[in-house]
Parts: sequence; C-alpha cells; structure tokens
Amino acid sequence: MNEQDARQAVAAAIGKVAPDVGPEDLDGGARLRQDLELDSLDFLRLVEVIAETTGVDIPEADYPAVATVDGLVSYVAGHG
Amino acid sequence: MTEFRMPSLGADMEHGKVVEWLVKPGDYVHKGDLVAAVDTDKTVMDIESFEEGVVAEFLVEVGDTVDVGTPIARITATPAEVPPPEAPARHREPGAKVPPPVRHLAHTLGVDVGRISGSGPGGEVVRADVERAAAAHATEAAGEAAAPAEGPEAPAPAEATRVRSSPLARRLAAELGVDLRGVSGTGPGGAVTEDDVLSAVPPKETRTETPAAAAPSEAPGPEPAPAPKEAAPEEAAARRKQPTAAGGKADSLRQAVGALMSRSKKEIPHYYLSTTLDLAAAMAWMQGVNRERPVSSRLVPSALLLKATALAAKEVPEMNGFFAKGAFQPSSAVHLGVAVALRHGGLVAPALHDADTLALDQLMDQLRDLVDRARAGRLQRAEMADPTITVTNQGDLGVESVFGVIYPPQVAMVGFGKVLEQPWAHNGMLGIRHASIATLSADHRVSDGLRGGRFLARIDELLQAPDKL
Repeated sequence: MNEQDARQAVAAAIGKVAPDVGPEDLDGGARLRQDLELDSLDFLRLVEVIAETTGVDIPEADYPAVATVDGLVSYVAGHG
Repeated sequence: MTEFRMPSLGADMEHGKVVEWLVKPGDYVHKGDLVAAVDTDKTVMDIESFEEGVVAEFLVEVGDTVDVGTPIARITATPAEVPPPEAPARHREPGAKVPPPVRHLAHTLGVDVGRISGSGPGGEVVRADVERAAAAHATEAAGEAAAPAEGPEAPAPAEATRVRSSPLARRLAAELGVDLRGVSGTGPGGAVTEDDVLSAVPPKETRTETPAAAAPSEAPGPEPAPAPKEAAPEEAAARRKQPTAAGGKADSLRQAVGALMSRSKKEIPHYYLSTTLDLAAAMAWMQGVNRERPVSSRLVPSALLLKATALAAKEVPEMNGFFAKGAFQPSSAVHLGVAVALRHGGLVAPALHDADTLALDQLMDQLRDLVDRARAGRLQRAEMADPTITVTNQGDLGVESVFGVIYPPQVAMVGFGKVLEQPWAHNGMLGIRHASIATLSADHRVSDGLRGGRFLARIDELLQAPDKL
C-alpha cells in the first residue's frame, strides 16, 4: 500500500473510532493517546478497524511504533 | 391499567426528559422490554418496562422533561378476568384461523380480527398481524388527536399535524446534520420543533423552505451545532454520539457531576490510601495471551485491574454497597462502576453487573460494550442506577495516580494510574517491572484504613495470579 492510501485508511479509521476528531487534528506528529485522547479501548478498536479495512494486523509488541499518526501511517504502508 | 412512571436512574436524578419512544401505542410489552430513551443531566438511557401489557397511550411527549415518579405512559395490563395469553393456547381449537391468544390481543388492542388478513401458516392471523393493525390505528388516531390541541402554538402550518412530533424534527435534524439535543426547543414544554432544528443549521446549509426561521445565531450552547459532515450516512453511530455530549449537554453534565461531587465531599468523610501494584506477572501473562489472539479478542490491562478489584470487593464487604439513611448496607453482588470519560467532557460511571463472577474475556467484552454505549449515550437504567463500587482508570490518559471522589451513596472509589515500567527491588536485586499505582478513596463512616489497606493489598495479591482471574 502506498503512503497516500495508508494515510487515507488511517484517517478513516480514526474518524470511525473518534468521530469528534476532525481532519485538521490529524497532524502527522499527533500522538494518538495524548493528543487525540484515544484511551486503551479506543486504541484497540482502532487497531481492529485498521485490520478490517487494510488487512494489516498490528501485534501488541508493535504498539509503540504506531503511537503517532505518522507512525501508524508508515506502519500500515510498510505492512499492507 | 398501570401508569408507567419516570424511573429514578441514579441517586442524584430529579427529573428526566423523554427523548425517544422505543414502543408505540398498541405495542405489547413484556417486563424488561425497552420502552423509552430518557435523557438525564448526565446521559441518555434506555428504560425498561416493569409491567407486562399493552401500551395504551403516552402521557408525555418526546422532549418533555418531568420529575421522577411522574406517569409518562399508560400500560394496560392483561385484564385479570381474562386468562393470560399463553394459557388458552392449550385449548386451541384445531383449525381455528385466529388462535385465542391472538384474538385476546386483538380484543385488548381494539382490533377487529375479521378485518385483517393473516400472514401465518394457512392464513392464520398471528400476533404480528394484530400488532401491525393496532399500530396503524394508533398512528392515525395520534395524528388526529394531536392537531387541534397543539394548533395554537404551532409556529408553522407544516407542524400543525403534530407540533411536538419529534420524529419529524428528528428526521429533519438527521438529514441536516443538526444536533437535536443541543437545540433549545421553543415548542410547548420546550419541545424541539422543525423551526428550532432549521434555525440551528448554519446559514449556508439551511434549506430554502423556511426563510422566516430564526437566525442561526440562536443556536444554543457554547459549541456550534455539529457540521453536516458528521451526519454522513455511514456515521449513524457517530451521530448518536454527538447529541449526548456536545453543546448544552456537556454543560448540564458538568453541572450534574459538580453537584454530585459537592454532595460527596460535604457528606462523606473520605480517607485515602495508595499502593504500587506489581504488574510484572499480569502484564507478561496478558502479552502472552494477546500474542495468540486476533485484535478483536485482545485484552487490555484495565480488564485485569477491574476483575481483581471486583474479586477484592467481594472479599472486603465494607467497600461494596451503599450508605443510606444513616447506615451502611453492604451489597452481596458486586456491580462495578467504571468511570468513562465522554469525548466532549464530563464522565459517567455505569456498572458492569456481577463483575466478580465474569470470566476475564466476558468482562473484557462487556467493558468494550459498556464504554461504547456510554459514549453513544445508550446506557440502560440499571447500569446507571446501581454500581456498588466504582473504579476510575486514569492511567489511559497518562497520569500516575488518581484519588477519586466517592459517588454517593457508594462508599469506595478505586483509582488506577498509568501502567509503567519501573525500577523494582526484589530479593536484593534491582530489576525493571510493569507497575501501576492503585488508590482507594473510602468512606470513614463505614471502614477505616486497616480494612481499606487490606482491600488494596488484596487487589495486588490477586494480580499475581492473572491466569486465575
């Protein structure tokens, strides 16, 4: 998957999990937990939605790598 | 004939607003069937019927706010002189086109069975046929009845048929992406009208048919009405979220939380304890389990912490129950309240029922479901009304410890901080372990530090054998 598709998929997934987060909040460096205020259940749901929509399954051990929007985008792009 | 009253959905609830009827006149409801969605100051909850019978009429309209105990609907109980619907079935005459229970239902609903066609096997008239016919009658009747009564207050001819017909306003709101519950109503009893909905739409979005509608600046609340983008078709769930938390809702929720917490601090002599939980075993076990699982069934640390808390609460009864009328009433069941932060501010703390008896996976499933519904404003009455002890898990938001304020009439509040790796001395060796700070705020009228300490220590002990949770 190229980065643009990955970014789109990530934005859509975040929009689904946290509808109040607008596109303008999706700064690449935004941290999912602290800046977008996703709690652990939201985050789990996000990982689930990403798996459903892109087929990229993020194991728990890789969670630190996907702590930011950019981190998640490049992970999805690299594994999709 | 019984009156269905506005139930109390929590110790602090004084009134509630009917925001949606989940049944219609003529529907047959069983005990436990959901009847209406009620908006308290805190959240929207589905309330269930305590009676079995037929919904005869609504006594309040959607949008009406009434005190707890006010009759909101009449339910016609199955008349005593007539056998209950199930009983006559045994005597059913072979070949009868209308089974007695169905005939009975038809009679109760005032439907002429001779005039409806059956959709059951062999053209038999079944319950659904009768209910459909009754509903059709009821809808017509409601339309006719509402018109004259509401006429004078109707701001627009289009509304004359049913001024407080919230379905119409709601549908419009949904189409236009307007947060209905953030709109202040100008209709009778504060009901939200179509015009109210239209006036809440930003100017460029306003459809043309009501140029006379009030200026958009009248949109209430500190936050603007949600933009229509949030009402995209696939976002039905999201749309539900908005009304609950946005705008005026956040304000009233903040007030409700403030009032309750003031009462707590005034009445409850809190004492506070804190201990650091050794989560090495729990985290290692959880990571091992999660590695084998698809995302959908993975666990989060909260699930383990909640389960350990529930088990400990069962063992230390002074933490679990209610303080009311000057005395402590311990609870034999552990209904674990879980503080859920709402996205627009404020929080609710609905209960995981019998949390001590749930297997960890069950608890995890129910936790996810509960949090989803809390955020979407779809909690049920019992979940809000009866937690026996509450947990606040601030760790997710990054703080190391949280000292909660007890929710009256409960007597204890447990707080968990962030799970972090810490240097840990053990058997004369220094290592790195996962740990989290657990705190207890408890009611000194009921327990003292010794019991409270025992309770916290027990949580730590239970977490050392995570596979047994």
